[in-house]
Amino acid sequence: MKTMFQKVWEAHEVVPETADTPAVLYVDTHLVHEVTSPQAFDVLRERGLKLRRPDRMLATIDHSSPTLTEQIFGGAPITIESAARQISQLERNCAEFGVELFGLRSDQRGIVHIVGPELGLTQPGSTVVCGDSHTSTHGAFGALAFGIGSTEVGHVFATQCLLQRRPKTFALNIEGALSAGVTAKDLILAIIGRIGVGGGTGHVFEYRGTVIRSLSMEERMTVCNMSIEAGARAGMIAPDETTYRYLQGRPRAPSAAAWEQALERWRALPSDPDARFDRELAIDAASIEPMVTYGTNPGMVMRVSGSIPVAADDPVFNKALAYMGLRAGEPIGNQPVNVVFIGSCTNGRLSDLRSAAQLLRGRKIAQGVRALVVPGSQQVKKAAEAEGLDRIFLDAGAEWRESGCSMCLGMNGDLVGKGEYSISTSNRNFEGRQGAGARTLLASPLTAAASALRGRVTDPRDILNG
Amino acid sequence: MQPIRQIRSRTAVLPYSNIDTDQIIPARFLRTTTREGLGAQLFADWRRQADGSDDPAFPLNRPDAAGCSILVADRNFGCGSSREHAPWALLDYGFRAVISTEIADIFRSNSLKNGLLPITVDDGTAQWLLSHPGAEILIDLPTATLTLPDGAAVAFPVEAFARYCLVNGIDELGFLLDKAPQISAYEQRRGW
Repeated sequence: MKTMFQKVWEAHEVVPETADTPAVLYVDTHLVHEVTSPQAFDVLRERGLKLRRPDRMLATIDHSSPTLTEQIFGGAPITIESAARQISQLERNCAEFGVELFGLRSDQRGIVHIVGPELGLTQPGSTVVCGDSHTSTHGAFGALAFGIGSTEVGHVFATQCLLQRRPKTFALNIEGALSAGVTAKDLILAIIGRIGVGGGTGHVFEYRGTVIRSLSMEERMTVCNMSIEAGARAGMIAPDETTYRYLQGRPRAPSAAAWEQALERWRALPSDPDARFDRELAIDAASIEPMVTYGTNPGMVMRVSGSIPVAADDPVFNKALAYMGLRAGEPIGNQPVNVVFIGSCTNGRLSDLRSAAQLLRGRKIAQGVRALVVPGSQQVKKAAEAEGLDRIFLDAGAEWRESGCSMCLGMNGDLVGKGEYSISTSNRNFEGRQGAGARTLLASPLTAAASALRGRVTDPRDILNG
Repeated sequence: MQPIRQIRSRTAVLPYSNIDTDQIIPARFLRTTTREGLGAQLFADWRRQADGSDDPAFPLNRPDAAGCSILVADRNFGCGSSREHAPWALLDYGFRAVISTEIADIFRSNSLKNGLLPITVDDGTAQWLLSHPGAEILIDLPTATLTLPDGAAVAFPVEAFARYCLVNGIDELGFLLDKAPQISAYEQRRGW
């Protein structure tokens, strides 16, 4: 009578929680990047501590890294000096403490949440943490994966453990089937719209139901990635044959006899049929359409084919619309866009690029629209190039870059201008997220590509069916 | 860390819900490798006008907000990114506590580890506080109560261990390091 969350949690309790003290929870995999780790490495130095388990860590460079090829491989200086300093600080820290690092020129480098799964490092039943809220991505494998702050990064450095109170569980039962042109991104945006950006606070989601079972691993990662946008600490999906097929043969997945043993353990992970969740919600997938955000948090989301809601006496709602320069009651479908961003830990995997390329193939991006396609990792880039996706993007008039977080948060200088509209496959449409004064509309790769072609927010089904 | 028992201050009020950590400290200020000096960039895109000068309409720029160490905001404060730079910036600016009806999980955890008190109160108390900027209130951590100007005491939830650490100035890493024998036993049990 246990949920999957409960099984994973209990298997990692070094010391169970009591009324007075939180649980001491063991971390199997600690992923590290340049932004949230330097202060934690400093704590080790200040206190004369060592890493307890450097063998359970992996570092990569993603947030601050340039995406221009000449700055990574061509010897050109990194434009932003503070970004260059932060990157070299991580290089020094990893060398000093003996942490494996996928450096700037490594063909394994990429966004931390793309790299872990593609290596087979993210495994069912494990605990994964990283100083990044989108660590929830790894829950797609039936791992308990959540973001932590820099102080906690230091705790894991020194002890491989965290002090944690057990969160509550929240089952999202998604039944039916997604219609043509409706993607995993539309599904998770619809869910966030339904429960709100704080609706999952204090909970770990488990996504269940026929729709989830039919999704690929990459689609499941898109769903789990945005759990945090509903306030949930983590989102999990039970492992199944899809999970095992994805993992088998990956470089860091178990092999031979160890693979068989792992399979046996993993098959026992799904929630028991009679397990009870603290909360449950049923979602009918058939009613979901392509979605796009219109406001300044991911819960302010609507159908691409619909009109912007009206909330006349809500000052916070109206402040958001004023920032966005949008009018309540208007259809979103005619809104011009200046920038299209395809990438990020939400939608920067190979299937996302294929999905965008499907629409862009043989077509041209609307005049005056800047489109940036940024693969989630160097491995994704290589695979995309091997099947000619880069040519499709370049021929359509898009830019094709090296991997990284890029325009999702603009730390590396890939920015949207003040007042400009960006349709973006990333995860946050907060004020200024993609640059001071930038206006972000979150959508799927299909919707972003369709909008790139028409130069305005476009329902991808208009092009797919046309 | 300095022990924290009581905070008495007037409040500064930001009457917005879902204030995310990108507003508290925008990403372009995260290219630092230290935790110092972030207060100068707190709410950077809200507090300044296009020419870089302070926006007089922004609540924290009003003269009566100066010196306030308690920030009141509408529901779901601190949602978004895990950046600990958010509580670092609030503390460096001079805040010691944040009050809302709901506080996001990672921000709450990060705040407790740095001595910024994340306090959740009921809707009625929050509405009163939101509509009375500058109210002088007292936060008492050992009893986990907040006292309003009329003397009414409001209890707030705080995780027992975090409160123990804050009241006694103990940092959690020391506690975890003391668990080394149990951690070793766990690793051995799993053959890890």
